Amino acid sequence: MIARLLAGAALAALAVGSAQAQQGKISGDVVKIGVLNDRSGLYADLGGEGSVVAVRMAVEEVGGKILGKPIEVIAADHQNKPDIGSNLSREWIDRDGVDVIVDVPNSGVALAVQEVTREKKTIFLMQGPATSRLTGDACSPTGFHWAYDTRALAVGTGQAIVKEGGKSWFFLTADYAFGHQLETDTAAQVKKAGGTVVGAVRAPLNTADFSSFLLQAQSSGAQVIGLANAGGDTITSIKQASEFGLTQSGQQKLAGLLIFLSDVHALGLQVAQDLVLTTGFYWDMDDEKRAWSEKYKAKTGKMPTMVQAGSYSSVKHYLKAIEAAGTDDGPTVAAKMKEMPVNDMFAKNGKILPNGRMVHDMYLARVKKPSESKGPWDYYEIIRTIPGDEAFATMAESGCKLPG
Amino acid sequence: MSTIFGIPPQALFGQLLLGLINGSFYALLSLGLAVIFGMLNVINFAHGALYMLGAFVAWLLLTTAGIGYWWALLLAPLVVGAFGVVLEKTLLSRLYKLDHLYGLLLTFGLALIVEGAFRHFYGVSGQPYPIPDLLRGGQNLGFMFLPNYRGWVVVASLVVCLATWYAIERTKLGAYLRAATENPVLVQAFGINVPLMITATYGFGVALAGVAGVLAAPIYQVSPLMGSNLIIVVFAVVVIGGMGSILGAVLTGYGLGLLEGLTKVFYPEASNIVVFVIMAVVLLIKPAGLFGRER
Repeated sequence: MIARLLAGAALAALAVGSAQAQQGKISGDVVKIGVLNDRSGLYADLGGEGSVVAVRMAVEEVGGKILGKPIEVIAADHQNKPDIGSNLSREWIDRDGVDVIVDVPNSGVALAVQEVTREKKTIFLMQGPATSRLTGDACSPTGFHWAYDTRALAVGTGQAIVKEGGKSWFFLTADYAFGHQLETDTAAQVKKAGGTVVGAVRAPLNTADFSSFLLQAQSSGAQVIGLANAGGDTITSIKQASEFGLTQSGQQKLAGLLIFLSDVHALGLQVAQDLVLTTGFYWDMDDEKRAWSEKYKAKTGKMPTMVQAGSYSSVKHYLKAIEAAGTDDGPTVAAKMKEMPVNDMFAKNGKILPNGRMVHDMYLARVKKPSESKGPWDYYEIIRTIPGDEAFATMAESGCKLPG
Repeated sequence: MSTIFGIPPQALFGQLLLGLINGSFYALLSLGLAVIFGMLNVINFAHGALYMLGAFVAWLLLTTAGIGYWWALLLAPLVVGAFGVVLEKTLLSRLYKLDHLYGLLLTFGLALIVEGAFRHFYGVSGQPYPIPDLLRGGQNLGFMFLPNYRGWVVVASLVVCLATWYAIERTKLGAYLRAATENPVLVQAFGINVPLMITATYGFGVALAGVAGVLAAPIYQVSPLMGSNLIIVVFAVVVIGGMGSILGAVLTGYGLGLLEGLTKVFYPEASNIVVFVIMAVVLLIKPAGLFGRER
């Protein structure tokens, strides 16, 4: 009896001991995940609360705990303003002990948050922002760009359309960091594939009426009108292009350079049909993606965009890296994340470059006609898989000055 | 190719026509604001939200009851107007004795609540609303392709604006209304029900916003944000035209639409601030607005 008691006590002591050994390295005794995105404006549907739900799903899958410490998820709205975004992230890190910042759509805001997280050595998992500068001249040792970027979009949609015969391009560009970069990257790919760029017009962010810009695009005589915008702006410009008969005449073709599933849903297939687009994720590609997406849909009523699915994937990888590293210290976890391949429902054999670029396959898709679609959310036909190494810039091409 | 100020004439005329179309919305919305301010002395900040409500009612009629555009054009303003009457009876009517500022704050708060509620239920990407079959397609004018629907918007808004102006400035009912705003006690003594008239006026002004909302639905996405995107510009229009001046609101609405179109030709980046620059200049030179009178 006594022997049994002693053995039990020894076992218990051992268990406590080993638990303590694991626990020691979590700062503030909690892993705090801060999802910072647009929760009320033109990008709220493509990320917004949906990204928070996706992150919570990743946390639930590991049982809400890591190394014996609880995981907490908080969220805030950056209102698409870089000053608000950088102030919030500074407060989160300094005051609230946030260990990782997730999502941050809007390249302008993301560039500001990247500065803060680099200075504070905090992990930054980017889903929403597009500009390839985040792993280029603005790269950070603790910054990770996950779902897509302007370079991948340009390679996918830009090259594909030039190959189909769309040689001359005119850009309709959102007038801020993201739009400019998407225009620059796409123009480079168009020229590389043998096309020409005849002009561009810059429209203010969140424009309600694109008709005059579309008119300029129309009178340029270009074969392809490249939409270097996103979210609500893309929706409005596509809808109005259809109204003004730009595409029906057959002389001009629209190229949506960044289109999310939520955009197609809002437009309806009647207007969106036959658009060619590049995406990092589509829910209906394999069983694993379908199963996860159905679970997500049960919580939100919608299928996930690549931003939302990517938020899940990056947080899952981040948590795995903490487990493997035995600490939540920013630079240590960042190094661990770069060592480990990314294998989950989002990406197969993804790898992370030293500049933080997560390299994975991208997909060129065509929006189905209403007659081809079997119901809500059955929107894309995948035309081609773009291998990760083709889609994303190499470390040398990126212009990032971190040691490679 | 010959050019005007370095711009091909096609592009110039095209932009002017687009300006006129945008101006139609500015005119229709600022008309409602001017009617409400002129008669009730309320700065109706909820106007943008009520415009959005008009579009949403049209969309809901279509998606839930299968009621199409033409009926919506009649029904949605009635619904919005009725909502306005309720607002006036229950909330606004308590504030008439207080400063303008209270009405402004109340309506601003209402706008936030209505927009917030719709954003919660319908998201921000907006809902598609198809162009009615009768108005599909467009005309090739040589210098541009004019969608039939946009042409219809210009005609419809002109008719509504003219009819409203005529009703207020040229009919007996309008005369009562104008008299009631000058001296309500005296007009009441003549046996005219002034409170009813004020309620009806608010309902009518708000219904105008509903009309604009239905007209806008097939052009823009039916989105909770559509009102707040537009309302600031419309307020600038009303200020430039002169608070409460009906003619001022209508003419300035079309005028600024055209001016915005021109800006988009010559310097697109400035197109969303040009209205405010004009507002600043007008306020410096003529503080009561172009058509306003000093009170």
